[in-house]
Amino acid sequence: MNSTRFSCRLSTWLCVFGLTIFATSLTAKPTIPTHDSQVLEVLPATLADRRARELRILRNALAATPTNLALATQLAGEYIEIGRTTGDPRYGGYAESVLSPWWNQAKPPPEVLLLRAQLRQRAHQFASALADLDQLLGAQPRDPRARLQRATIRQVTGDYAGARADCAALKPQVSALLVTHCQALVMSVTGDLAAAYTMLNAAVMAADGLTPVTAAWVLTSLGEMAERSDRAELADQHFRAALSLTPDDQYLLMAYADFLLAQGRAIEVVRLVEPHLRVDGLLLRYGLALQATGAPAAPAVVRQLAARFAANAARQESAHKREEARFVLELANEPVRALELARENWAVQKEPADLRILLACARRAGSPEALALAQDWLTQTGLEDRALTRR
Amino acid sequence: MRKRGIRDLPSALLLLWLLGWAPAALAHKASDSYLTLDVTAGKFNGQWDIALRDLDFALGLDRDQDQRITWGEVRTQHQAIASYALSHLQLSTQGQVCPSQVTAQLIDTHTDGAYAVVRFRADCPPAMTDFTLDYRLFFDLDAQHKGLLRLLTPGGTRTAILGSNHPRQRFEFGHANWRNDFRQYLELGAWHIWTGFDHLLFLFSLLLPCVLARVAGTWQPAPNLRASLGDIAKVVTAFTLAHSLTLSLATLEIVSLPSRLVESAIAASVVLAACNNLFPITRDGRWLLAFIFGLVHGFGFAGVLSDLGLAPRALLSALVAFNVGVELGQLALVSVFIPLVWRLRAGLFYRRLIMGGGSFAIAVIALIWFSERAFLMKLL
Repeated sequence: MNSTRFSCRLSTWLCVFGLTIFATSLTAKPTIPTHDSQVLEVLPATLADRRARELRILRNALAATPTNLALATQLAGEYIEIGRTTGDPRYGGYAESVLSPWWNQAKPPPEVLLLRAQLRQRAHQFASALADLDQLLGAQPRDPRARLQRATIRQVTGDYAGARADCAALKPQVSALLVTHCQALVMSVTGDLAAAYTMLNAAVMAADGLTPVTAAWVLTSLGEMAERSDRAELADQHFRAALSLTPDDQYLLMAYADFLLAQGRAIEVVRLVEPHLRVDGLLLRYGLALQATGAPAAPAVVRQLAARFAANAARQESAHKREEARFVLELANEPVRALELARENWAVQKEPADLRILLACARRAGSPEALALAQDWLTQTGLEDRALTRR
Repeated sequence: MRKRGIRDLPSALLLLWLLGWAPAALAHKASDSYLTLDVTAGKFNGQWDIALRDLDFALGLDRDQDQRITWGEVRTQHQAIASYALSHLQLSTQGQVCPSQVTAQLIDTHTDGAYAVVRFRADCPPAMTDFTLDYRLFFDLDAQHKGLLRLLTPGGTRTAILGSNHPRQRFEFGHANWRNDFRQYLELGAWHIWTGFDHLLFLFSLLLPCVLARVAGTWQPAPNLRASLGDIAKVVTAFTLAHSLTLSLATLEIVSLPSRLVESAIAASVVLAACNNLFPITRDGRWLLAFIFGLVHGFGFAGVLSDLGLAPRALLSALVAFNVGVELGQLALVSVFIPLVWRLRAGLFYRRLIMGGGSFAIAVIALIWFSERAFLMKLL
């Protein structure tokens, strides 16, 4: 009777074993498709037909005269904008190529400087982006685009005095709302969160004729501020209002997904980000949401994310350490490695989300040193964020 | 605070969710190509994975402009793809360009979509000791494109990244010493079984009762050395056959298993083998246990080997050397183990303390390993 029990267990084991081997042996290998009609790749269809045609015309015109500055900056600007809205990094490479006649110059034309700074900022090369903007503002101190961009980089990197100065210098050139937004963002991370929210909310009420993009941008900031002051209902309203204006904005989707995750509304995150899983940051939120709901699909997403981070690492790309740290901490469960990534990220940028991940990693990895680093920043700046003090 | 339940999910989504389905989402990624060069005595075998999307940007693969690239569109433009690819890659040695030609074109997928797999060969002088790679793919269109190179030489694997600001790289290699390599893998195999406590504990758990006999629910010393030796030989042979089989299958990439699964299963096998000594479910079937779980242990050995990143050519000899090393190491341990336990088997010390307490301790340790490996807990 013992032997039948044993052979019964044995066969179960063997079945499980066999199935696992079968399932994992189906991994991809290069193949030759069998039918001509088989679709191998769907090209990005984000561009409307007319815009795609305009791009093609521009591209062909530039191919004939590659050193035509006006054409080159126009096309590069288009590529950068498409890259921003879709989150597709290939467009950054296209833009850089278009600017290649000037790219390595020490003193390129101002238009090129501005675009180069944008591309460098996107690659999180903040120091070189700032150098470009310094050079540009040195020659054209009243350039509002350069000023606004420098304010943003200074704020992201924690240079609040510098950011304040740039916001103030914006005044005559741009709308009152943009100036207020610039100032409110700095105030909101330097101990004046409540005042910043009130000021920005009043300004957006008073403003009229806003473009949807600008309005959504400001509403997103309001949502984040409300979230940090633990006013969940209000934050939800702002985020939803912003989403109704720009439903595909990557930054907004990430901010709202994070808010929903923190509120324990993971199921909603699944639906929110499902159409956008090409973007690593959004696939990450999707995986976190699946994990929170206990969905059996979570491990599959974890594998996909691991493959993507590995692919980025293979080309020695390090722009998204914050996201990677979060992946490693919350989905791969390796606090020590996550802390390493979070610290490297913290050395580069200092937004509230950067501090959140640093603190979370420091707590999980049990590093008093990293905890002190985060705590020092909190006391030094007066940053208010309920997510940081709750746990 | 609103908490939404599962009820809110549309039923179709819910079904997929329950089935553990996850969308295989393609990534947005910067442009990379994956270039593998396998070189022996001046002969290069290359495999170059280039994203269809990038090829379309350069060559306009999507002839009917419906934003979909079909196999038909790729197949009819194989000629254009081949000449475009090879005109942007140059292998040379001592200032002489090595002629190259495409041998096959296939399709594969990476994290961001479908890739054309261009296989090619290039012929350099057999006596070359260095070569220069000049990589120019897509740099005129996408300055952030990168070529990720894996270079397989008899001496091992090297990697390099080719970018628009460093498109040329020179590689040197010395002459490989086969005998030296073989001895290194042999030592590695023996060393791995000596230091791999999980493999040892599994084997010992199965061998401990070989010198005892189960009489009326208690362990008694086995009367007959020959029967015991036969028992031991069965267990060791079964374990050896099984792990050699899976070690080969995994190393030759015929079968692959995730390492977390393998490592957890190895720990579980130790728990089981030890528990079988405390509450025997099988007496004569220990060799079967050894065989079945030996299969799992083989995957574990393969993990050690694959971590070294072997060149396909060196694979077979490395596999043989490693496997022989494992068996020699195992044999050495067993030959010390047998006389020791045969002498000790009669005393209560062996039957109670070693057999009972030892098996219990092994089970506990292996259970800790299992929880660490399966659930990523940190216990020890």
